[in-house]
Amino acid sequence: MSLVTGSTGGGTAVSKSRRADSAKLPAAGPPRRDRRRSLGRRNLHGWLFSTPFLVLFGVFMLFPIVATLWMSFTEFGVRNVRQPLSARFVGLDNYAKLFGDDTFRTALFNTAYFVIVGVPLTIALGLLVALLLNNGIDRARTFFRVGFYAPVVTSIVAVAVVWRFVLDPSDGLVAGLAAEAGTKAPDLLGSETWAMPSLILLAVWRNLGTVMVLFIAGLQAIPAEVREAARLDGAGGWQELRRITLPLLRPTMLYATVITTIGYLNVFEEPFVMTQGGPSDATLTVSLDMYRQGFNFFHMGYASAMAYVLFVVITGITALQLRLLKDNTR
Amino acid sequence: MSAPTASAPTASTATGRRRAGMVRRPVLYTVASLGLLVMAAPFVWMALSAFKTKRDLTASPPVWIPSRWTLGSFHELFAQLDLPRYFVNSLVVAVLVTVCNLLFCSMLGYALAKLDFAGRSKVFGVVLAALMVPGNLLILPLYVLMSGLDLIDTYAGLVLPFAASAFGVFLMRQFMQSVPDELIEAARIDGAGEWYIFFRIVLPLVRPALATLTIFTFLGSWNNFVWPLIATNDPGKYTLPVALATFANDPNRTVVGGNGMLMAGSLLVVLPVLVVFAVLQRHFTQGIATAGLK
Repeated sequence: MSLVTGSTGGGTAVSKSRRADSAKLPAAGPPRRDRRRSLGRRNLHGWLFSTPFLVLFGVFMLFPIVATLWMSFTEFGVRNVRQPLSARFVGLDNYAKLFGDDTFRTALFNTAYFVIVGVPLTIALGLLVALLLNNGIDRARTFFRVGFYAPVVTSIVAVAVVWRFVLDPSDGLVAGLAAEAGTKAPDLLGSETWAMPSLILLAVWRNLGTVMVLFIAGLQAIPAEVREAARLDGAGGWQELRRITLPLLRPTMLYATVITTIGYLNVFEEPFVMTQGGPSDATLTVSLDMYRQGFNFFHMGYASAMAYVLFVVITGITALQLRLLKDNTR
Repeated sequence: MSAPTASAPTASTATGRRRAGMVRRPVLYTVASLGLLVMAAPFVWMALSAFKTKRDLTASPPVWIPSRWTLGSFHELFAQLDLPRYFVNSLVVAVLVTVCNLLFCSMLGYALAKLDFAGRSKVFGVVLAALMVPGNLLILPLYVLMSGLDLIDTYAGLVLPFAASAFGVFLMRQFMQSVPDELIEAARIDGAGEWYIFFRIVLPLVRPALATLTIFTFLGSWNNFVWPLIATNDPGKYTLPVALATFANDPNRTVVGGNGMLMAGSLLVVLPVLVVFAVLQRHFTQGIATAGLK
């Protein structure tokens, strides 16, 4: 196929290059028809190359975005899976119900907890490791980087299964180490107080590598002359970090914070595998609540409303972060 | 852990700095190694526990090194779970998703970087918007759509929603921009068509980008959980993570030493990925940095 279009496209390529040449000499313009034809060909190819993505985007993204909104205004239930159009329209009922729903409020709170504690921890530790590997470690730097990044590439499910065993109150590693030290470790995942911090710990452990790599790239983009100048002016290590490195890392910080926040707001796998949202909803997140409402109870209209609330929250927080972190640099 | 930031204030002169560096270095390496140990501990624990006997698995205080190495947990796991089938499912889906992304993302990436067509900036806007859309917003109607198309429990149902990622387009566009315009222009003058230029000239030049995209897409698909969980009802169509999670959460399966089986399963899911990553790590860090910095 490429051969056929290739040979027919040859003629246009020539005329296009002729057009490009003549563009510099407006007096000697090509015949108008030729120009229009080459322009048409150019547009045609641009759109042909765009088609696969745009079709998939339309069917599997744009359509679902609109459909979720529509579903959130209906009583979409299990029988509507086969007959979607017969779902009863209920207006804003789902949203109204959502704000009186204690479970959803708990899920919102838990998700906020996860984000507010988890994101700063991830960013801070990622930055710390990046500074460490970039400034102090010259030998075996790759080895260290690979080690810190390794959890990122592994399946969250597998990793969560492993952590569940590490934290297991009877046979786990933490319990065993505590027993060896003469104390008794709490049943971390079974405790309403400790379950969420345990999930946050797992998330920080798993996502720190992404943030680290971003910061290392950001650090290496800082020109050596800038650091040198600061040193010549007598800046100590701490001053250099505060006045030179951190301000110059701001764009990286912004990007890392935004993607980490978005990821954490959608947290699902960790509670799904490690606690199933328990004990007594202490680790129930918005995504998990939505999954349950949608696919366990088949309250799909209600779950769609949850999805939209979460989307609005994510968009709002992202916009806020972009503004907060960006304006200060100007 | 504050060692890298808190350097001695006396280090303002060059000699002072060098001396401080010599003191600092072992400290920094110790801190980094301790950090690495913490990062690796769960993996080590997993790998060792997969080969432990039931006695070792429940021992208190915990044993790190198995007193007797055994493949018992693996035998038990394979007797209960059809792992080869899930492995094949995961592999087929990941390969198909990767091939689709390589083709579609580089096509659009090329158009956005090198073809000056009417509406180009609008298409790029669509790509950027698509980057921001969270999957949670899509899964409910996607499930309805796939049920309507009878694609639940099929490879197509698992592949199609991930066949062209906005991230991939963005990545390819960034790399394609570095292909010299003169090269493409020269090919056009020589009479080459757009498809020929794309497949024979541009794609070979961005091979590193294709490698990066391959790794990211393949791993993303291999580790993907939420959609395969929803889009499969028939256990025969589960991917590895879905099978593992379902097995781990099965309330009927509280066997003594069952953690050995779970560690064996996790090891089998994680190990291929870690090996591939260790070999190709350069591409990972490059890809993330490119997407993040530009």
